[in-house]
Amino acid sequence: MEMPAPNPDILSKKAELVTRLLDILPADAVISDPAETRAYECDALTAYKCPPLAAVLPSTTQEVSDVLRICHEMGVPVVPRGSGTSLAGGALPTEDSVILGVARLNDVIETDYDNRFIRVQTGRTNLSVTGAVEEDGYFYAPDPSSQLACAIAGNIAMNSGGAHCLKYGVTTNNLLGVTMVLMDGTVIELGGAHLDAEGYDLLGLICGSEGQLGVVTEATLRILHKPEGARPVLIGFDSNEVAGACVSDIIKAGVLPVAIEFMDRPCIRATEDFAKAGYPDCEALLIVEVEGSEAEIDEQLETIMSIARTHDPVELRQSGSAEESAKIWLGRKSAFGAMGNINDYMCLDGTIPVSQLPYVLKRIGEMSKEFGLDVANVFHAGDGNMHPLILFDANKPGDLETCEAFGAKILKLCVEVGGCLTGEHGVGIEKRDLMAHQYGEKDLAMQMAVKDVFDPKWLLNPAKVFPLAASDAHRIAAE
Amino acid sequence: MKDLRPETEAELAAIVRDTSEPLRIRGGGTRPIGVPVNGAPLTTAGLSGIDLYEPGALTLVAKAGTPVAEVETALAAEGQRLAFEPMDPRGLLGTEGEPTIGGVFAANVSGPRRIQCGAARDFLLGVRFVDGRGEVIRNGGRVMKNVTGYDLVKLMAGSYGTLGILTEVALKVLPKTQVTGSLACDGLGDETAIAALCRALGSPFEVTGAAHSQAGPEGAARTVIRIEGTEASVAYRAAELQKVLAAYGEFTIDTDPDSTKATWRAIRDVQPFHGTDGDIWRLSVKPTDAPGLVARIDGAEALYDWGGGLIWLCVPKGTAGQDIRTAIAKTGGHATLIRGTRGGGVFQPLAPPVAALQEGLRKRFDPKGLLNPGLMAQAREAAE
Repeated sequence: MEMPAPNPDILSKKAELVTRLLDILPADAVISDPAETRAYECDALTAYKCPPLAAVLPSTTQEVSDVLRICHEMGVPVVPRGSGTSLAGGALPTEDSVILGVARLNDVIETDYDNRFIRVQTGRTNLSVTGAVEEDGYFYAPDPSSQLACAIAGNIAMNSGGAHCLKYGVTTNNLLGVTMVLMDGTVIELGGAHLDAEGYDLLGLICGSEGQLGVVTEATLRILHKPEGARPVLIGFDSNEVAGACVSDIIKAGVLPVAIEFMDRPCIRATEDFAKAGYPDCEALLIVEVEGSEAEIDEQLETIMSIARTHDPVELRQSGSAEESAKIWLGRKSAFGAMGNINDYMCLDGTIPVSQLPYVLKRIGEMSKEFGLDVANVFHAGDGNMHPLILFDANKPGDLETCEAFGAKILKLCVEVGGCLTGEHGVGIEKRDLMAHQYGEKDLAMQMAVKDVFDPKWLLNPAKVFPLAASDAHRIAAE
Repeated sequence: MKDLRPETEAELAAIVRDTSEPLRIRGGGTRPIGVPVNGAPLTTAGLSGIDLYEPGALTLVAKAGTPVAEVETALAAEGQRLAFEPMDPRGLLGTEGEPTIGGVFAANVSGPRRIQCGAARDFLLGVRFVDGRGEVIRNGGRVMKNVTGYDLVKLMAGSYGTLGILTEVALKVLPKTQVTGSLACDGLGDETAIAALCRALGSPFEVTGAAHSQAGPEGAARTVIRIEGTEASVAYRAAELQKVLAAYGEFTIDTDPDSTKATWRAIRDVQPFHGTDGDIWRLSVKPTDAPGLVARIDGAEALYDWGGGLIWLCVPKGTAGQDIRTAIAKTGGHATLIRGTRGGGVFQPLAPPVAALQEGLRKRFDPKGLLNPGLMAQAREAAE
């Protein structure tokens, strides 16, 4: 992965930078000792590492503004960081950058049940947002699988999804307002407790902009009352095609499950060995979950099972209790752990039209043989968001490169069949150089023009999202 | 002047590329909101037709000038619908012509169900548009989840053709529900009604519409709550909601398909204000702020939707826009003049740094200032 060479001028100004940062932040909020900055050298994409010049941990919007103003004046790139759980390298530093961590911004500012929103500082973790309202019966819907650790700031930057977004939408559909600091230190407010922000939809624009347009310090999030109950059904099939057809039929029938999860045979076997959830040994497995009162759940599950029966399932297991539900979810929730138990893996995130599922799975199987690396598929089938997990051995020379080439080929396939490179993880550095497969030159130029407006010096989260060759002209013009 | 009416995206791009005259862009011309644009009229109506519809994937791709009615007919044949329930503006605005799907997204038009399933912008998966330099730009795609690059799809939604001319939209659709139940209670004051709506929306019973009209169909105030689903589920949730809402008033249930449809269409299309001669404003606020805000505006009549969060306001003709702006400044939110006397601006004025970003984007997307110049532009509105 190519990163731009660090700017020697900036490296030489480290002492001055640290002094200026210490003027506005408490001593324990400025980290500049190389032994300590190492803690920020990577995110969850651990194949790439680079310690930053320094890291700062501001506690208020004003402090964030001061940090950005100083970095802006000195021309120092800034890499915003939530909890560092990005699988795409979204928080990977450059050698000449300052990491701006929002971990200390973690207060709940306001909870309003009448108007169904919560306002939080964005360093707060996803799960602890729900934690703040759970006792009163409410929850925050987007639930990325890293929700125990990941920060709302990162969720907004990456427009994170989760297993339940088939029904509840992703971050952008649940975000009402933000306080955001621009690179020059200007603090702006977008949206609020009302719906549909005024003017252009800048809220929609910054959500998913990967920390390149500003640093979001506070967010107003939509909260919902918890459903009365939820229960899944597990359906096993002897072919991926049939499972795919069943997904499509369930959707067409008008039931809107809260989640439709799909696992293929390699994934089922791996999770069985690891978690012993009692899954059938079959080609493809669906977990379909619905919500409502007991009677409503029964009615919906009956509809889903009658559709499934028309596809001759090899297994049809309805949960009748919380315990049985947990057992059905156990394997799915352990899937990533199970794969990690076997070997290193790379998790992809392409999205495809649901109708293309069987074809894409078949092609991935063929490519697996071609590249000589095993792959397991576990994903959100209802919305076509695939998560192929490619197994490789990080200690074996060349394996990572083979894995990356395999991954790139899968993602190009996703684009070819009408899908996209990433459904919920983001581009980061991981898929940066594949962007030209998704978008034409002019399409990318238009996106980069947005960056020019928000961050004319191109200092925020450098070298991400856009292929370096494409962004060169913009970055040079900015210098 | 005869409308420019390109039949293809390439033809449209060529028109924009070759012109030095501003363009007044319209779909069906049914939503004349904002200051009048001086420019050659250009309609996207010639770019029409559904290109792709996959009911099993809940996605539809159509050219921007496709009539909304054509899209709705195609969806209905498969038991699906535009879940965000865009209004038909013709009754309120006294316009004729055919609303287009591109127009719906250009104005980000969402009806009562917005409160539960999201706005038009939440259903827009991908766009193609011609920018102010005549370049064809693509963003998003036709899949449900997509975080590949910046989300210009959202930016285009609600930008009223000032950043680009939509040529194609890909959207998410949803299945129709089997049964609609409408709970109604007459005679509630605004404060009580909004409190009841908030209570219903804060329940687990998946309310898909929550509105209060100061002058309901029989003249008296009427508060209505919608639930949708299977027969058994609607019956169950209606009964539960009646219990939850007993403290506010007695809500009766209606499940007749025709009358529930009429009830919610009336709210969607703001029927109480059809044929009135007052000025019409559309306000988006925090729901519990709504009744107090309405009470502060002299002579205002209100139709509250979105649990109180959306206020359709009819004020005496000639009411100073500043009165509305002053009132909403106290609560937060935004106000847009939909019909009537300009002078207080049409769109909500923005804070200077946000206005600067908006202007910056506009210069990048439309450097020659050809696309609906003046529309959504604060300086122009202030000069009126």
